[in-house]
Amino acid sequence: MAFVALGGTATAKKQAPKKAGRVALLLLLPGIAYLGLFFLTPLFSLILTSLKTPSATGDIGRYDYAVEFGNYLYAVEQYMPQILRSFVFAIIATVVALLISYPLAYFIAVKARNKPLLKGLLLTLVIAPFFISMLLRTFAWKQLFSNDSWIVNALKNIGIFGTDSYIIGTDFAVVFGLVYNFIPFMTLPIFANLDRLDLRLLEASGDLYANPFTTFRKVTFPLSLPGVISGTLLTFIPISGDYVVASRDFLGGPDTAMIGNVVEANFLRIQDYPTASALSVLLMAAIVILVSAYVRRSGTDDLL
Amino acid sequence: MKLSLGKYLLPTYVLLTFLFLGIPIAYTFVFSFNDSVKSNIIWRGFTWDNWLNVCNQQEVCDAFANSLIIAASATLIATVLGTMIAIALVRYRFKFRSATNLLLFLPLATPEVVMGAGLAAQFLDFGWPKGMLTVIIAHTMFTLSFVVVTVKARVATLDPALEEAGRDLYANPAQVFMKITFPLLLPGILAAAMLAFALSFDDFIITQFNSGSIDTFPKFVYTAAARGIPAEANVIGSMVFIVAIAIVVTVQVRSSIKQRKLAKK
Repeated sequence: MAFVALGGTATAKKQAPKKAGRVALLLLLPGIAYLGLFFLTPLFSLILTSLKTPSATGDIGRYDYAVEFGNYLYAVEQYMPQILRSFVFAIIATVVALLISYPLAYFIAVKARNKPLLKGLLLTLVIAPFFISMLLRTFAWKQLFSNDSWIVNALKNIGIFGTDSYIIGTDFAVVFGLVYNFIPFMTLPIFANLDRLDLRLLEASGDLYANPFTTFRKVTFPLSLPGVISGTLLTFIPISGDYVVASRDFLGGPDTAMIGNVVEANFLRIQDYPTASALSVLLMAAIVILVSAYVRRSGTDDLL
Repeated sequence: MKLSLGKYLLPTYVLLTFLFLGIPIAYTFVFSFNDSVKSNIIWRGFTWDNWLNVCNQQEVCDAFANSLIIAASATLIATVLGTMIAIALVRYRFKFRSATNLLLFLPLATPEVVMGAGLAAQFLDFGWPKGMLTVIIAHTMFTLSFVVVTVKARVATLDPALEEAGRDLYANPAQVFMKITFPLLLPGILAAAMLAFALSFDDFIITQFNSGSIDTFPKFVYTAAARGIPAEANVIGSMVFIVAIAIVVTVQVRSSIKQRKLAKK
């Protein structure tokens, strides 16, 4: 969805699709089978694993097939704060990213519309962070915000910060890092949408004595809503499962763990596969509910 | 007065946002030149050493090489499979169209940790040992939909009349594909391949769940973060950044030259 527009100013011509033949089947089958085997069945594996019970032999990391719904109860009871925190962080970070990205996308799509060189440059700058490892970027913020960094010292010197205050490990640091990492994901779909905005509509609105604010509220923003929705999904979904930013080795602390951190710890460190899987299934279920509400609004063809 | 303030407000904002976006990039770049001993935290002076002897830190180099092999393999498979799907989706009408669309959309809407854990759970069930192969399988899976989306946009702009003309001139289906369809789709396919490569190269979460003892570059950085990331990692990050930006700029300049030529005609 987001990347369609990156391909350029392609105006899709409606082609009358031919009736399916053997060719279509041959073209589709390998890729679809691949996704079936390595995307769909893993989701079933996840559900099966989430219901497993510790092996009778008592070995660590060994589980037998069972129908143990108690795993879900345990996971929710044990990790309620992390589950809630994930969604709160994801909502706040998505809203902040939207507030930062919208004017940026607007400027590139509308103000730079007739300056292809400037537009190309600005778009390159938006995606530039993608080209440097996400982990290095996040680690850079950790260093910049570390306790004896010049930023923190400056904040202390001008008195905004108490002498024993810190940034790393706080909720603020984690949300900050999440917002930073996902600004391009929010900006691109909104840009793609505003790029197609007919500017004559804005003129018309002005001619009808709407002030710029009213024009924005009644014309620009409602028309850009599809872009906003896809940007929001592209930001909210990855953030809700992210565990790098909130990790203690990056911007997080002991009290910032999100659902992803818990899944990572349970799956990869203590090998409690059922609990990790139960949490993943819950996360997926929440996302599916969210996305299907969106699908109902726009149909499946528009998703891609 | 009010008017001129409004005029400069948005450009100033945009400038500040780009400065903000650039800070960690600049930091990574600057600290790739740090004359650090073990951990690369405090500035100890300028040196070219890290750039000249990147492979002094053998693990960084090995991880980087693994990342390249994985990204190249996954990109190749995903681009072939994805292009085939994209052509079928635009050109043919078939029964399970919306189911197919949904299956292609779902990986884009699934948090990485879910895909990573699911695949890892399946590999456990199958008894497949994690390693290079499982990472390549995982990366092909999550990049496939991105390829379909990108190539589909290109297929949709293709005029079917061109292929009909080929057929009218007695080209067989293979010739039509090789001489007409494929060359016209190539820019879209290349864009998709570059996107897949970038996504695979930078992936961490799915990789961590499915790589076992194999190190990739992001995984190396994650593990190293606990004790401090060596300057050599900054060098590789910066190098990748320069190469990627160079490719993007070249593509943009070339396409704008092409557009200008077309406009003149």
